[in-house]
Amino acid sequence: MLEIDTLLNNLETGLKQLVINRKLLNPLMIGIRTGGVWVAEHMHQRLAINEPLGLLDISFYRDDFSQIGVHPHVKPSSVPAHIEGRDIILIDDVFHTGRTVRAALNEIFDYGRPNQVILAVLIERDGKQIPIAPDCAGTRMVLTADQRIKLTGPTPLAIHLENSAPDKP
Amino acid sequence: MNKIRIQHGRIIDPANEIDRIGPVCIAGGRIISVGNEPDSFTADIVIDAGKQIVCPGFIDLSTRLREPGQTRKATFKSETLSAASAGVTTMCLHPDTNPVIDTAAVAELIKELADKADYPQIYPIAALTQKLEGNELSAMLSLKQAGCIAVGNANRPIKNLLILRRAMEYAASHDLLLMFRPNDYWLGNNGCAHEGAFATRYGLPSTPDAAETIALDQCLELAELTRCRVHFGQISCKRSVIKIHQAIKYGLDVSADVAIHQLHLTENDMTPFDSAYHVLPPLRTESDKQYLRQGLAGGTLSCICSDHQPHDIDAKLGAFPETEPGVSSLETLLPLMLRLVTKHAITLEQGIAALSQNPARILRLNSGALTPGLSADICIFDAELEWQVNADNWKSLGSNTPFWGQTLKGRVTHTLQAGRIIHSLNTI
Amino acid sequence: MIDNVQLNAEGKLKHFITIEGLSNALLTEILDTAESFVGMTDQQIKKVPLLRGKTIVNLFFENSTRTRTTFELAAKRLSADVLSMSISTSSTSKGESLLDTIRNLEAMFVDMFVVRHGISGAAHFIAQHTAPHISVINAGDGQHAHPTQAMLDMFTIRQIKKDFTQLRVAIIGDILHSRVARSQIQALNILGAAEVRVIAPLTLLPAHVETLGVSVSHNLTEGLKDIDVIIMLRLQKERMTSALLPSESEYFKCFGLTESKLKIAKPDAIVMHPGPINRGVEIESKVADGPQSVILKQVSNGIAVRMAIMSMAMQPLGGLQ
Repeated sequence: MLEIDTLLNNLETGLKQLVINRKLLNPLMIGIRTGGVWVAEHMHQRLAINEPLGLLDISFYRDDFSQIGVHPHVKPSSVPAHIEGRDIILIDDVFHTGRTVRAALNEIFDYGRPNQVILAVLIERDGKQIPIAPDCAGTRMVLTADQRIKLTGPTPLAIHLENSAPDKP
Repeated sequence: MNKIRIQHGRIIDPANEIDRIGPVCIAGGRIISVGNEPDSFTADIVIDAGKQIVCPGFIDLSTRLREPGQTRKATFKSETLSAASAGVTTMCLHPDTNPVIDTAAVAELIKELADKADYPQIYPIAALTQKLEGNELSAMLSLKQAGCIAVGNANRPIKNLLILRRAMEYAASHDLLLMFRPNDYWLGNNGCAHEGAFATRYGLPSTPDAAETIALDQCLELAELTRCRVHFGQISCKRSVIKIHQAIKYGLDVSADVAIHQLHLTENDMTPFDSAYHVLPPLRTESDKQYLRQGLAGGTLSCICSDHQPHDIDAKLGAFPETEPGVSSLETLLPLMLRLVTKHAITLEQGIAALSQNPARILRLNSGALTPGLSADICIFDAELEWQVNADNWKSLGSNTPFWGQTLKGRVTHTLQAGRIIHSLNTI
Repeated sequence: MIDNVQLNAEGKLKHFITIEGLSNALLTEILDTAESFVGMTDQQIKKVPLLRGKTIVNLFFENSTRTRTTFELAAKRLSADVLSMSISTSSTSKGESLLDTIRNLEAMFVDMFVVRHGISGAAHFIAQHTAPHISVINAGDGQHAHPTQAMLDMFTIRQIKKDFTQLRVAIIGDILHSRVARSQIQALNILGAAEVRVIAPLTLLPAHVETLGVSVSHNLTEGLKDIDVIIMLRLQKERMTSALLPSESEYFKCFGLTESKLKIAKPDAIVMHPGPINRGVEIESKVADGPQSVILKQVSNGIAVRMAIMSMAMQPLGGLQ
């Protein structure tokens, strides 16, 4: 179930189908740091996209500043100049509460108005807190309260299931 | 007038070289006997001074009671209660009241205020110059006749030495003591802290000890020139002690006191920007403190004073340089003097002398001793009694002291002024 | 001690009053956080929503257009609401006390004060007396401290020189009256600089200056040997009229940084200045505009560093982690 190659294959298939169904034209691919970037690098290659991969750091857009404060090591986002009117493929590793994606969307929209954004994740797990949903996923899972998904990488890319304190979104 | 017997106390009277356990008898406001009891003496009031010390009431050469003119800080009523609880039976009042004590009318007003507060032994110090502005001489003779015990410059530097010379000559011609706080206006440069490591670190406007020592030197020269008796107030640094020592050896009729907090605190003790430590002259270095202690022990500095300056809360609330300097210090006078004894800086006898016999001598008062026939100004204290400096125990309206909240050792239990009990500690 | 005012119960920054008492780790965290904000100014998005909904008041009792605009920009780039108040000290001495000014603003539900005041200890006083949820940033108090300036200077040095422990830094000019110098000296020592050297005439040095952790020189030619970083301080015109210095030209002769004097320092030495520059007084134009000068970098780093400090100080008090 957590075989990385299987997940990547599933995701690739799903994405390619989406590109056709949603009529994505010359899509810009953006990965969310850090795990999302690792996954996006694979998809970027598999979908043979020429334009460089965009990297999004959402630290400044998080909604939990009042709880945890500012993170000291933030690398700048790098997104090519024109979001305006583009079709975006947004990629993250694990979709859990939805807050990360909300922050990422806010940041993208600060750059400009995209034509459409599709969301592709390696793993979609239970625990959604925001009414957002991935458009495709490598797999869907239900976890117990003390289970966590951990992605390690970039090479080799691997998924682990951990028992620990409740996951922070 | 009540007949009072104080019994079982350890009587320490440096003036008469007494240190023994025994009774002190008082009648008609005067001391009748010390160390023994006259036959057929029946006391109306008996004070048990067992395990306590009985000594002459303290004479404080430098105090401010904030009346007239600054009653939001304190009043005669509140501060005489503070003084009584501190064992102080005589106080000298600086002339920087509002209005300044430069007319007989103000001196008489002070006498009235003292009487109203039921604390008669307050001696105003007359302003050396009118309005303390350092320009015109004040009417020193009228002021002396109105009850002023000396002339002084409060804390206002005198910029013009010719005027200082003339003022000293005039004071001398009326046999008036000059109580002088030495500070050069220009060198002092409006500093609020000692020019040293602490002020450098915290960027505080500072004043070098040279501001004090140079003004001291000038006044010593003028003392020789004019033959004016001078008492230097609130000395704060090593080189001042050295100069006064040399002047006394040389034969000048000069004396000096030191404020009690200068004997304990240095710039190293200051919590950054804590206005409780804002005093003038400022807290200086460890070396200065040691010299002040030695000066006291050696007799160069003959007196300790409280330099009592009670303040309202607003005066101390602000950025450090903007706050007003001064400590409310009457009630910490005794425990801090005892702390010097505990640290072996002085003997207990020296400490008591510095607060009674010596100030009396300088002021030429027939006081500061437990001699039969003298007015009964007496202080009884428990040297072991610990108490906390807090709102329950503090009588002064000014709570501006760096010792707030600390536990001190040594407390006055009874104070008698002219044979009347003006303070009695009700121990629970 | 001062650091108790600045740090909250978890040792995190709550107020930023002075460099004194802060650890190497905390200063480094400020520099690292500033790094991420520097990256931002190159991006198209110059604003992040980090402090959206927060109100920051610039309380300037001392006039300074430069510093005030930097703080305004920093706050706005964090999406905070900014209120700038220039309060002339004459109006406070006439009426409102420092404390009342603060209380009135607190009643309008603000979150942070950025304070510049002419009296040492003002920021500390405000931090001690302000409502518990409010953070205070010291934008310069009297002659005591100017910690944000020191941090942006450290940031600039680190950008170019990387390792503090190998550096010999010279601070040249009016140390006596300089809050910037005091903060810089503290920061350099905490960050482990190999040597901090002050170069000035005796009239411009405070008493016992060595106790700040510096070596002293009264001669620029001697003092510049082996120096990696040169920090020039501004000489205020008033110093010439208060018997501290005879004239600007004499000062320039002795302590002005010229091209030839610059050669005495290490060949890759950098030249810094907190600004504004007095050309021809403490520094000649050839040097100020020359290849070794990083003065403009300091200015652009200023916003990022202040953004970092503001967002760190605005952090939560303990709680829901």
